[in-house]
Amino acid sequence: MNQFLLSLLSGIFIGGAAGFLGSLMLPRRMSLAAGPLGHLALSGIALALIYGFDISLGAFPFVILGIFLIWLFERKTKLPTEALTAVVFATGVAIAFFFLPIEQAEAALVGDISSVHFDDAIFAIAICIATFLVVEIIYPKMTLINISEDIAKSQKINVGKYNLVYLLLIALIVALGVKVVGGLLTAAIVAIPAVTSRNLAKNLAQYKFLALSFGILSSAVGIFLSQLTSLPAGPLIIVSSASLFLISIFLKTRS
Amino acid sequence: MENAILRVKDLNVKLDGEDVLTDLSFNVDEGEVLAILGPNGAGKTTLLKALLGIVLYEGVIKWREGVRIGYVPQRLPFIKDVPLSVKEFFQLENASENEAKEILKSIGLGEKILRNKVGDLSSGQFQRILIGWALASDPNVLLFDEPLAGIDIGGQESVYNLLERLKVEKNLTILFVTHELSIVYRLADRVLCLNKRMLCMGAPKEKLTPEAISSLYANSIRFYQHKHEEG
Repeated sequence: MNQFLLSLLSGIFIGGAAGFLGSLMLPRRMSLAAGPLGHLALSGIALALIYGFDISLGAFPFVILGIFLIWLFERKTKLPTEALTAVVFATGVAIAFFFLPIEQAEAALVGDISSVHFDDAIFAIAICIATFLVVEIIYPKMTLINISEDIAKSQKINVGKYNLVYLLLIALIVALGVKVVGGLLTAAIVAIPAVTSRNLAKNLAQYKFLALSFGILSSAVGIFLSQLTSLPAGPLIIVSSASLFLISIFLKTRS
Repeated sequence: MENAILRVKDLNVKLDGEDVLTDLSFNVDEGEVLAILGPNGAGKTTLLKALLGIVLYEGVIKWREGVRIGYVPQRLPFIKDVPLSVKEFFQLENASENEAKEILKSIGLGEKILRNKVGDLSSGQFQRILIGWALASDPNVLLFDEPLAGIDIGGQESVYNLLERLKVEKNLTILFVTHELSIVYRLADRVLCLNKRMLCMGAPKEKLTPEAISSLYANSIRFYQHKHEEG
């Protein structure tokens, strides 16, 4: 299969799934959470680059470890999550730089979807489809939990279980996201499509659909531009996404 | 007391090691409207949450078997973060469009509002939608936290009327939490005065003497009994 097509398809699926999941993270004020988790994954990415396996596989355990540590420290210390996140993710980045192969630093930091292997691409696409379906299934209950945990609990919804599934999905998307935009830019692929959509959507159905669409569109545009300019795709995807956001502001103020 | 729909005995709730509710015992009859009155920090909302089973407690809370409870919380600050239409809000509660329309009729709102964003509603409209939403599961008990908080005067009147009508039409048992005396006199059959422990319980006109009120609100702002026409 054509390498460009392979990168394009992987990018589109990962971008779409990230945008879709991001639409659930925005109301929880968790859009930024994917950033630190992506940074933390740098250690795993470095290992994957050294030993030559799929960087998502390297990233995933580190993201899970990060989520677990933040959860654990939060329970033990009662300190604010964001402060603990700073402790955990900065340490992760620091450690990563001890052994990150410097000639491959760009791929680790801002991603490199252009050289994705066939098997890795199929694997990523399958995970994206699964993520999309699970997000779609948990969406109504998660929306209720986002609105009021008390109401959700009073309806005997197992809030803990839903939150666990939701966190696992974030870990999966971050691990896949580093393939496309690297460890530095993962916050952007979940945050920007959702805020752009939020500017334009009149209801929840539109909001979900637009977040998915903007995720797909910015990935596609970024990867096309990368092909034309031979600049890295990751930053181009983010810049495309941010451009859509700017346009949405103008459309919003005019409506 | 065979008619009791709720029995509470020796209820104690601690939050972060602090006693929030101490030794509460009371019954609520079917079809009764009970006001839970007390100053800020008296444990009113915690009592509702204990009755809903969403905070840990010691003691006994026994609802009659098969009771369905609708809950209207005090505020939903995060709902404006979700671009939700009224129709979609009802769908979260598995109410079909037709059911939603029926409910809107019963709370005195037109069908057109289904397309509005929940975040764009006025405070009075929003409160009525919340009540309607709690009614979607066809409850026989309504737990209501501060029905009139943050609602403008016109909106308050519409919420009053709605609650008065629901009480008659649906034979709902309503427990509501408030710090305002006026709504207690107007709606409640009985009042439970709460300040961490029960200070009085009974018909508002008998129990809410100036002494009872001042002891309930001791160390807090002074409240005055409103003038009411005798019915």
